Amino acid sequence: MKPQKLTGWGRTAPTTAQVVHTADVRAIAEAVKHAGPRGVIARGLGRSYGDPAQNAGGTVIDMTALNRIHRVDAEAGTVDVDAGVSLDTLMRALLPFGLWLPVLPGTRQVTVGGAIGSDIHGKAHHVEGSFGDHISELDLLTADGEVATLTPADDLFWATVGGMGLTGVVLRATLHLNHVETAYFLVDTEQLGSLDELMARQSVDDEKYVESVSWFDAVTTGPHLGRGLLTRANHATLDDLPAKRRRHPLRFEAPQLLVVPDLFPPGLLNKVTGRVFSELWYRKSPTKMGAVQNITQFLHPLDMFGEWNRGYGPHGFLQYQYVVPFGAEDVIRHTVRRMTETGKVSALNVLKRFGDGNRAPLSFPMKGWTLCVDLPVGAGVHELCEELDELVLAAGGRHYLAKESRATPEVIARGYPRLDEWRKVRASVDPEGKFASDMSRRLELS
Amino acid sequence: MIDAVGNPQSLLLLGGTSEIGLAVAAKYAKRRPLRVVLAARPSERLDKAADDLRAAGATVSTVEFDALDFDSHAAVLDKAFGDGDIDITVLAFGLLGDAEQAWQDHGRAVELAQVNYTAPVSVGVLLAERLRRQGHGRVVALSSVAGERVRRSNFVYGSTKAGMDGFYLGLGEALRGDGISVTVVRPGFVKTKMTEGMKPAPLSATADQVADVVVSAVAKRKELVWAPAPLRVLFSILRHVPRPIFRRLPI
Repeated sequence: MKPQKLTGWGRTAPTTAQVVHTADVRAIAEAVKHAGPRGVIARGLGRSYGDPAQNAGGTVIDMTALNRIHRVDAEAGTVDVDAGVSLDTLMRALLPFGLWLPVLPGTRQVTVGGAIGSDIHGKAHHVEGSFGDHISELDLLTADGEVATLTPADDLFWATVGGMGLTGVVLRATLHLNHVETAYFLVDTEQLGSLDELMARQSVDDEKYVESVSWFDAVTTGPHLGRGLLTRANHATLDDLPAKRRRHPLRFEAPQLLVVPDLFPPGLLNKVTGRVFSELWYRKSPTKMGAVQNITQFLHPLDMFGEWNRGYGPHGFLQYQYVVPFGAEDVIRHTVRRMTETGKVSALNVLKRFGDGNRAPLSFPMKGWTLCVDLPVGAGVHELCEELDELVLAAGGRHYLAKESRATPEVIARGYPRLDEWRKVRASVDPEGKFASDMSRRLELS
Repeated sequence: MIDAVGNPQSLLLLGGTSEIGLAVAAKYAKRRPLRVVLAARPSERLDKAADDLRAAGATVSTVEFDALDFDSHAAVLDKAFGDGDIDITVLAFGLLGDAEQAWQDHGRAVELAQVNYTAPVSVGVLLAERLRRQGHGRVVALSSVAGERVRRSNFVYGSTKAGMDGFYLGLGEALRGDGISVTVVRPGFVKTKMTEGMKPAPLSATADQVADVVVSAVAKRKELVWAPAPLRVLFSILRHVPRPIFRRLPI
């Protein structure tokens, strides 16, 4: 077996590992049992930005071959799936039954196992919570090579939700689903001229919508600092659709326009292109209520572009995402102001209000504001992130491990005060520390 | 593990008293908590370098390393890797010496060739083996513009650097698929102890400035950089100057 070079979606810190790609659960168990001194970790579609799905010098189990949908119960609204099934595949399979995944992140290109390991969230968090809140049962392959079936009554279940794959390999899960009449959204878009207006508006009526998110401009300075678009939506009912679409209300409209080629020079996203993009993006969506949009238009515009991470050039990029409690709006303001001051051009800037978090010790969401920006790797990024880390932690916030790629162990330990509790559960099933990743080494998680 | 913006958690400096190497270590130590292994012959300067880095917040250990004792190199590296992964290795040992003595004194010439070329090859092969085993790592090899086009004025030194430069560029190619990157750095005249008393050449730099170039190059996983950057242009011109003219240039 030849070692394979792996990175996260940010394409920043490549390392090599022996990659096992199999749909045979016994072979996966063997790979875990016989993992060498540098351990083993499961990997899905590699959409985490940093290094949680790579394991330098060790073993990585590519789970994407384990991809069967075992059973759909349309009436009860549940599905029993293998961990390697992507949310894209799952959505396409479920829509004809009028079933909908309650938690969808910014891309459908993630596996069920990855969604559990990162306890992912989406624009519906304030209503639906995170991915772990919709699992009734999961099969976990532990370090001893045995498979445990876990339910939300087990501590190990919650250590696995958000546990970044470090408790074992999720093989299979049963998920709760929502019933929908159509595959469309009824979208309200509001253009707001400043960050304060944006936050104030988002704080009103959010609970009336299932989906809610803001994009903000991190380039423009002055009185329009942090201007943005607030988009909020509910599932369209049959009656909401125009007659033309009523014939196929559950059709999955998800075109992929192109695959981005790997030839972009570094620095393509600079102050000029960033300003142009921000202006166009802001202008393209004037305030408009009740527009009917499909899944890709509303939820996953980036899925129209395959391998879009290549657009950031060969040095890669990072995504900086944190959550701070309500009341810490100053941290958000400071972030946007510092982004514009330091000339760090970010195009994909997201602001969202989270609802309550769940029981998982390492789950990211908690009640408050979450902010996410993209930063191409370059001079000053480290310093900016360090400065923001301190503000986030002082406000009682924390960073999202699925995006994390550059913090220190101390930053994560402060942000996740229940880390030791999680470590205890993990140590009870993996005393030798067989499950390991570049992230677990870098952040000294286990 | 190295992070997304190129900050290492651990650094091995081969040539533990190199001013450029220590400046690199100090820069990283300032950015985040860092474990440093200094490999050099024991000396007061080494102890002082270790103390300075500790004062800068780094955790420092030292390993005895003699560039000319090739048989000991494997054990030296095993010791250096003994406390865990090494994220960045900086190769910063070398001799300059008196250029006129170097080509007329047999012993001196052989010594220069061994320290500046044979030893980096010896260490490079052993280092590659260990980095492949840990599945990651970055290597910084301090070369010199003196090796880019070898000049009459210091051709023994220049020829050793040319060889070393070529070896590490080649090693970088060989390790591409292994997730290990090698950055060859070509500084010009650097004002350090090594060049004390010499007249600075144009486009000279301080150890600190070279260290800035190194840190940025490692973050971007660059294969070859010049310090300062304009030297690249200068030397790409010099490389093509016909010999009759080249020998008349005051360089």
